Amino acid sequence: MTTVEERNYKVIGTRPIRHDGADKVTGRAIYGIDYHMTGELWGKILRSPHAHANIVRIDTSKAEALPGVRAVITGRDLPVAADMELDDGETSINTAHLSNNVMAHRKALYRGHAVAAVAADNQHIAEDAVALIEVEYEVLPPVLVGRDAMKADSPLVHPEQTTKTMSYRFDPGTDTGQKSNVAGRTEMRLGDVEAGFKQADVIVEREFFTNWVHQGYIEAQNATVLWNNDDSIQVWNSSQGTFNQRQLMAEILKHPVSKIRITPQEIGGGFGGKIPVYLEVPAAVLSKKSGRPVKMMMNRSEVFEGTGPASGSQMVCKMGATKDGKIVAAYAELVFEAGAFPGSAVGAGAQGMFTTYNIENILIEAYDVVVNKPKSAAYRSPGTPQTCFAAESVVDELAYKLGIDPLEFRIKNAAKEGDRRADGVAHPVMGNLECMEALKATDHYKSDLGGPNRGRGVASGYWGNAGMPASCAVSINPNGTVSLAEGSPDIGGSRVSLAMMTAEAFGIPAEDVVPIIKDTDSIGYNGLTAGSSTTLRNGVAIAQVAKQAIDLMKARAARLWETEVDNVDFADGIFFSKAESELKLTFKELAAKLMETGGPISTAASVAPRGAGPSFSTHIVDVEVDPETGKVDILKYTAAQDVGVAIHPSYVEGQVQGGAAQGIGWALNEEYFYDDSGRMVNSSYLDYRMPTSLDLPDIDAILVQVPNPDHPFGVRGVAEISIVPPLGAVANAIHAAVGVRMQDLPMAPHKIVKAIQEKDASSNGAG
Amino acid sequence: MPSEKIHVRTTVNGEATDFLCEANQSLLEVLRDVLYMTGTKEGCNDGNCGACTVNLDGRIVDSCLVLGVEADGAAIETIEGVATPEGLHPIQQAFLENAALQCGVCTPGFIVASKALLEREPNPSEYRIRHWLAGNLCRCTGYDKIVRAVVDAAQQMGGKS
Repeated sequence: MTTVEERNYKVIGTRPIRHDGADKVTGRAIYGIDYHMTGELWGKILRSPHAHANIVRIDTSKAEALPGVRAVITGRDLPVAADMELDDGETSINTAHLSNNVMAHRKALYRGHAVAAVAADNQHIAEDAVALIEVEYEVLPPVLVGRDAMKADSPLVHPEQTTKTMSYRFDPGTDTGQKSNVAGRTEMRLGDVEAGFKQADVIVEREFFTNWVHQGYIEAQNATVLWNNDDSIQVWNSSQGTFNQRQLMAEILKHPVSKIRITPQEIGGGFGGKIPVYLEVPAAVLSKKSGRPVKMMMNRSEVFEGTGPASGSQMVCKMGATKDGKIVAAYAELVFEAGAFPGSAVGAGAQGMFTTYNIENILIEAYDVVVNKPKSAAYRSPGTPQTCFAAESVVDELAYKLGIDPLEFRIKNAAKEGDRRADGVAHPVMGNLECMEALKATDHYKSDLGGPNRGRGVASGYWGNAGMPASCAVSINPNGTVSLAEGSPDIGGSRVSLAMMTAEAFGIPAEDVVPIIKDTDSIGYNGLTAGSSTTLRNGVAIAQVAKQAIDLMKARAARLWETEVDNVDFADGIFFSKAESELKLTFKELAAKLMETGGPISTAASVAPRGAGPSFSTHIVDVEVDPETGKVDILKYTAAQDVGVAIHPSYVEGQVQGGAAQGIGWALNEEYFYDDSGRMVNSSYLDYRMPTSLDLPDIDAILVQVPNPDHPFGVRGVAEISIVPPLGAVANAIHAAVGVRMQDLPMAPHKIVKAIQEKDASSNGAG
Repeated sequence: MPSEKIHVRTTVNGEATDFLCEANQSLLEVLRDVLYMTGTKEGCNDGNCGACTVNLDGRIVDSCLVLGVEADGAAIETIEGVATPEGLHPIQQAFLENAALQCGVCTPGFIVASKALLEREPNPSEYRIRHWLAGNLCRCTGYDKIVRAVVDAAQQMGGKS
């Protein structure tokens, strides 16, 4: 396998200015809500104030009578969608559930569940009208915690739901016929876990809790939708996957996909939360009813309460190791709260949980449980931050009990190529150990902590990444530049990375490629901007379209040189004759001669790559804990990640840093705070409190490059894994600082003070 | 009910700008939906994210917390006024060169806020930059490259505002 140095790339690995940069620093970039149409109305949603209630009656007459109101809809205005599972690569979505989620049909299943919607001349009238809708609810007892929902006497969120059993992620499963809030039970088994624990000299078993957290993207969900008089539907929105959303809308609205066009506008963050549809459906129905385009945007409380955050969890994790430091067995029970509909990321969390290590005996029991909370959605490495928090805490405690340095312990047990995951799949080429070794060599790792109440924590993580289909097209311009048409919304700089791979293939500068993101009618199918898949899959398509275009250009050179095409070759941006060394044309020179040699050249390709390179990463963090107040300061942070080949290193570093920052927020502060009735009481940025610039230090990103052998440019996904290690790393650092194991996220100051007091009381008692 | 509109006289990015707005419209709403200046972004509409930061008479404010009518007589500077015909402002250039944005929706607010800082304090420390920008949320970058961009811009500007 060639290293990145041996590949001798000219463009890949440099740091050009992104192609959409000028638009984005001047305010000219058009995000979803910035798109305007003649005659547009503003829509607004009425949401359930109850976590669990039958909808007895909805009276919209007062709202309809308000001047300026053009349409009012309820769940009755939506067709009944078929009960169908759509596996989109990142999560699976049942279309009937999704239809019910975007507009409640008979029951409100969580506080914030949409029950009606209004379109009016402006947003203030729409808000006033929503307040005039009268809904009679029969309030039902809510169930809010996964373990409570599993009890036999729990209220049932969906009385007809039965439990399915599965043995791997995306397994269609077997229906047990058992009515329960448990939608799915997945069992992953490798080796013989009972025999494994018998070999262990040290066993640690702990229980862990994590609360619901939100992706926190700054741009709220929004959509502008026109249901035209010819029954074509056009959507301009903020989307992590237009083709998937087109399919979802088609199923929910029972409308042909060919009559739905989604034009993605710039997207202000998503992290998985903008994969499903929310406003697109009610906006479409309101547009049909009013005969006008309808624009909708959530406010921040609606984003927290009415979209798809990441599941809370209750987990047990047990691991055993021998005296000489070999992990011999691992067990976990994972209970994930899916929210109001099945489909949490527990399967992905299970798959990723012990995967950083070579463990021969593993048993994981994973439960997908419905509760009266919003339907969870994907959030950066879905499910895995939670499970790796548990696993990495236990790994750290094993190392501590064995008296082995926690990083050395991880190096000793690190999974390598050919070792097996819990679901039996063998690892391909990857850089797990390389990340750990890279961290060991840092000044950070060797440095003193420099003060009391400080501690250093280490944690590792895994994320599988996804493949998904892609389609691209290139056209050769007469001045030797290349226009690149692609169909994946650019959420964090993928336009520049795609342009750079195109430039590399044609032997031209990155600035000579013009990347444009197309709507669903202008380019072939593209998967989600998710699963760390965008650069990977489009790179495969780009390699193909570039080869097609270069082959066509070789034929043109052959025509000019009056020779056979087999005599023409291309390397480093130059077409040359293998027969006569003086016959050469640069890409630019030949591009200028296309019209005279047979006309323009453009090529297109659709691909469905397999073999997404998995991601591995290890982080270290230094913290200082104030033992009086429990406040934790992050002092220093270093993350090492196998990134395959870093196309644009700055944007790869940005992914590492951004994920680490989100993970720190998840570890220390962020949570959905519910009262007993199921009301989220901190549904604003002020009270939810994501990390600010003042809460974080510089985050040092070490890019370890182990190229993905299955990819033409060595790419593996880079975007998601960085949120996995921080939770465990911070917990382990707090233990190193003040000697308490925090097993309940977030590790808020009051919990840390309580843990320190309990530790002091027990050591006093013992003394 | 549609209400009486109020005539408001302001200066926006150096140009005399009049508009009609209703009493309940925020300056953010006026900028975006009346003047169609969509460079200023809405993130939370309750003063907690800084995406809608504009400069109002020399002070940065969350424009979602200012009523349109309150801007009467004020000089407003928005992201649209930061670049000049000569080119990008050094802060804008530094954001690009340092890859200090990913999705970019918070970027206008960060640039307007950073510009106000460097106009007051041409050589801020990293801590001071982090403190000044703590009212602007970014969920993509972890702030590392934003802070570097502002340090870089201060150097490019030669310590002079």
